[in-house]
Amino acid sequence: MSEDAPATTATAEKKLPKDLAAENGMVNVQIDGHWIQVPRGTRMIEAAKMAEKEVPHYCYHPKLSSPGNCRMCLVQMGMPPRPAPGAEPEYGEDGYQEIGWMPRPVIACANTVAENMGIRTTGELVEDTRKGVMEFLLINHPLDCPICDQAGECKLQEFSVEHGSGQSRFQESKIKKPKNVDIGKNIRLDDERCIMCSRCIRFMDEVAEEPVLGFSQRGTHTSVTVHPGHRLDNNYSLNTADICPVGALTSNDFRFQMRVWFLKETKSIDINCGTGANTVIWTRGNEIFRVTPRQNDEVNSAWMPDSHRLAFHSLQTEDRLTRPLIHKNGQHAESTWLEATSKAAEGLGMRQPNEVAIIASGRMSNEELYLTHKIAQSIGTDLVSIVPRKEKSDGKLISEDRNPNTTGANLILGTDEACAKLDAIREGVISGRIKSLIVLQEDLLGDADFKKEELAKLEHLVVTHTHANPTAAQATVVLPGTGFAEKRATYVNVTGRLQRANQAVIAPGEARDDWEILSALLAKLDKDYQAPASMDGVFNALAQEIPAFQGQSFGSIGDLGVSITETGITIPLLEQEKARKESGIIVG
Amino acid sequence: MAIIKVQRPKLSPGEKIYFGSIFKGMIITLRHAFRSLVGKSTGAKELNSSGVGITMQYPEQKWDEELPEYYRGTPALVTDEQDRERCVSCQLCEFICPPKAIKITPGEIPSNDEWAKVEKRPQAFDIDMIRCIYCGMCEEVCPEQAIYLRPDYVVTGTTRKEMVHDKDRLYEIGGKRVGLVNKWNELK
Amino acid sequence: MDITLFIAAAIKIGVFIGITMTFVSICVIFERRFSAIIQDRVGPNRTMVPLSILGFKKDFALPIGGLTQPVADGLKFILKEDFTPSYVRTVFFWLAPVLVVVPALLTMAVVPFGSPMEFGDTVIPMAVADLNVGPLFIFAIASLSVYGITLAGWASNSKYPFFGGVRACAQMISYEIALGLSIIPVLMFFGTLNLGHIVEYQVANGWLLLPFWGEGLSLQRWLLLIPLGISFVIFTTSIFAETNRMPFDLPECETELVGGYHTEYSSMKFALFFMGEYAAMVVGSALIVTLFFGGWSIGFGIDGLLPTGAWWVSLLHIGCFLTKVTVFILFFILVRWTIPRFRYDQLMNLGWIVFFEAALINVFIAALVVALPSIGFMGFVIGFIILLIASVLLIMIAKGATKKPSATAV
Repeated sequence: MSEDAPATTATAEKKLPKDLAAENGMVNVQIDGHWIQVPRGTRMIEAAKMAEKEVPHYCYHPKLSSPGNCRMCLVQMGMPPRPAPGAEPEYGEDGYQEIGWMPRPVIACANTVAENMGIRTTGELVEDTRKGVMEFLLINHPLDCPICDQAGECKLQEFSVEHGSGQSRFQESKIKKPKNVDIGKNIRLDDERCIMCSRCIRFMDEVAEEPVLGFSQRGTHTSVTVHPGHRLDNNYSLNTADICPVGALTSNDFRFQMRVWFLKETKSIDINCGTGANTVIWTRGNEIFRVTPRQNDEVNSAWMPDSHRLAFHSLQTEDRLTRPLIHKNGQHAESTWLEATSKAAEGLGMRQPNEVAIIASGRMSNEELYLTHKIAQSIGTDLVSIVPRKEKSDGKLISEDRNPNTTGANLILGTDEACAKLDAIREGVISGRIKSLIVLQEDLLGDADFKKEELAKLEHLVVTHTHANPTAAQATVVLPGTGFAEKRATYVNVTGRLQRANQAVIAPGEARDDWEILSALLAKLDKDYQAPASMDGVFNALAQEIPAFQGQSFGSIGDLGVSITETGITIPLLEQEKARKESGIIVG
Repeated sequence: MAIIKVQRPKLSPGEKIYFGSIFKGMIITLRHAFRSLVGKSTGAKELNSSGVGITMQYPEQKWDEELPEYYRGTPALVTDEQDRERCVSCQLCEFICPPKAIKITPGEIPSNDEWAKVEKRPQAFDIDMIRCIYCGMCEEVCPEQAIYLRPDYVVTGTTRKEMVHDKDRLYEIGGKRVGLVNKWNELK
Repeated sequence: MDITLFIAAAIKIGVFIGITMTFVSICVIFERRFSAIIQDRVGPNRTMVPLSILGFKKDFALPIGGLTQPVADGLKFILKEDFTPSYVRTVFFWLAPVLVVVPALLTMAVVPFGSPMEFGDTVIPMAVADLNVGPLFIFAIASLSVYGITLAGWASNSKYPFFGGVRACAQMISYEIALGLSIIPVLMFFGTLNLGHIVEYQVANGWLLLPFWGEGLSLQRWLLLIPLGISFVIFTTSIFAETNRMPFDLPECETELVGGYHTEYSSMKFALFFMGEYAAMVVGSALIVTLFFGGWSIGFGIDGLLPTGAWWVSLLHIGCFLTKVTVFILFFILVRWTIPRFRYDQLMNLGWIVFFEAALINVFIAALVVALPSIGFMGFVIGFIILLIASVLLIMIAKGATKKPSATAV
């Protein structure tokens, strides 16, 4: 195409491709014979990705610095020959200079592109190089695949199938290194499997900012070790297992639980704090096996705190509520949904509006909060509040606000401080003015400083929750709800981003989607209310009524969410990442 | 495609009545029945006939000696020379099993165990023999040479639960198997 | 009414229904074992009486081979879930199996099982009803079973049973004509419709198809063998068709209609259809034996040597009769595994064009032979010529009827 075209003198009138590209700050790169424009300063590996060419790599990670030590991303590079002093560069018919290919391959991850550069991601040289690199990497790699948790999502497996030679010429004994090393609360190290990509070391250094990992020894004896006297107990340690391309670092929690090829992936978000990190929930059947972060550069980059990703275990405990309960003769008796909702609504409808209060939760989704708002309107009470959860931020991803949807609650309830009336409600309960209380997804005794005797003063207490708890124990009616992985719902995070959580598993027993519970309750209280057939119906009604949500739908949110409001709050880790990106350390 | 019209054979009036053929047919059937009754059917000897027809009388007579080497019977787990469970619960057989008969609960080998360096072994290994189709895919896929289809074919039970072979039962059927690749010990 | 006769009738009804039902189960075991042997198999040979069920300590199975298989079959049928699909016409669906079994059992009433027994002065005929119109009664009642099958097909309210029902209906009605016509020469010869008398005549004068003693040795009887032989063939074949046996089992042929009219039936209702079919087979065999093979007669003049009316002679005769019936049942099974199934148009052609006309002509041939002594040789020859011309005409008409319009003639 271009390189073989006979060189002709460029005409002055016609603008050359390099000039056209330069106007937009771009450069022309030829990748596997095709010319594309990429931004100036792009790494070759990223340019190849833009051209939809895969360059295999181990050590490179866009969120980390590039040491270029795995040598897997070697490609062939070419540049136009430097013109002799005084000579003008010659442009072909298509306006490009002829590329002179270099005999030695270069690493694609640490080199940036230049005008008129050529990159070959295939060809004899590149393929031979990869085969050689694979052979070296596999020399000391144990045949652990049957017992290795990484099997199935192991880059070494994938690339050795794709680029390896299929057999070993290695006759000598493999180097023995420590296996099954306990290096931290959540991480297990297997040094034999390590291919020295140093991703974990760089992560702990650059992102987690607790550089406890490093290499020791030299040559084939090089191994990853924890600094003497330290352990890998950082709250972000599990991210190293995610980015480890092989099974050297594996999660203790997920260790030997299930092979990854059985797991179904569901895109969702984390609801343990206001950040709302994007996640993937891995399930088999109706069981959650692990939760991993999903890249979203506006929310959580590619990381997630350990405490949040292990929180899913609370959904799979024995103390889940599975059937509606009604308080009869001093104890709770299992009941039907019809009876329980009737009983719940009965105790609310017969009161004066100011005798009823609602304590909602910042953990509720937008749809649930909207229906709560509707219930409050139909009762006529303005005593609606959420329970605040303020704790210290960790300066990275864990937000100060541990409620995932405070922003949503503010928007939907139409206040600046959705938790403002909590004290008023508490006083009302203590003074006996409030006779009926609805508590949604909260344990007042555990999380809101209520006392047992205070709640005992209530005549009617309706509680929805996923787990058995002290507040529910005092309730007149207990309605079992669903946990985060068991429902489809939307949340607004601290930065004002509307995000979507998807259903990965089915709730246990007769537990119902919370919006259905609230919808059923509302239908009992408000005879004119038309219960929507699905969750989408609730969201559409919400989008029509609340200005911030105007024009949004379940579909428009997408996997990465949309920003619907400005709160002025930023996520510290993203700021740090931005700084590193600007200084050119990482690609981002 | 060419259409070939086949001329039906012209039958003589005698043949048209069919009595001859019907009679002949009945004689053939009767003769066959007689031969079958006295145990002289074609192939009766080779097939180890019980005396009537060519059929064997199953529980009394068995075909076991004639079973081929590659006969696919009950799948079972085997141990190696040192009585180590060969299975490391990689769950590839569970994955490949077409009727989803295999269910494995993986487990970790405690560090004080003799084979702690293998790290992983099945905590539970159930093969539902009601589902099993004896295809042998599990044997083929096993990277540890741990599961084999044995020549046993008598798998019976009076309840569904009985028909689920658990780990103990599988090792009991499989027994010890020597001469396999030894990856985890120094025998080689 | 004489009280002795009444009691005897009651006993006879009980005993003969018992015998018929036993024979139905014998049919089943014969069908299964004989089929197996024909096909180089063993068949059910293990069903025994597990004594532990009866309260014995040890479970020693009585070594009686598979003879208890029908009992096991019956038990299985009774214990199975009786499922009535929701879409059937329930009343008729339940009625149909009954309508199949009852006629088949009723027809046994007129068949003489053995020689009459004498208790003092009372002579007890060994048939439940010694009717003077035996064959007519049999045809009249046997025709009813077609309702059962047609009703089953219709009431099932599903397409394959319906096809089966329609097929059975057409087939049974068609072959009834041949059946009726084919028996006329026989009745013409005997001059009576009482089956008991028919058998007694054969005892004295040789079986209809084996006239080796008494009057049977006359030229006329040997001449009569021609029309009677034709009668026998048509009658036997028509019985096959009436009982829906191979090669005429189109109403229930598995390859086309799943199970035919009884596709939707299960449990005992299904078993009733089978009992009906086998009972019809037993009755058919009994009828063939009675009309053509001397009924309960031992034959060859031996009957004459035995004292009349003694109870053991009667029993001997019953045994003889049942042996003959058994032979015919085996013949039925042999035919089933020898002759392949007909195509439906072939079945209809055979019934309407071959058997109907052959039986019709056969009536006249038999009439000529029977009339031979009274019309003389010349009359016989003239009659024969007229019959020949009429037959040729009939055959030509029949041929014209089967000719398909050729494609070019349009």
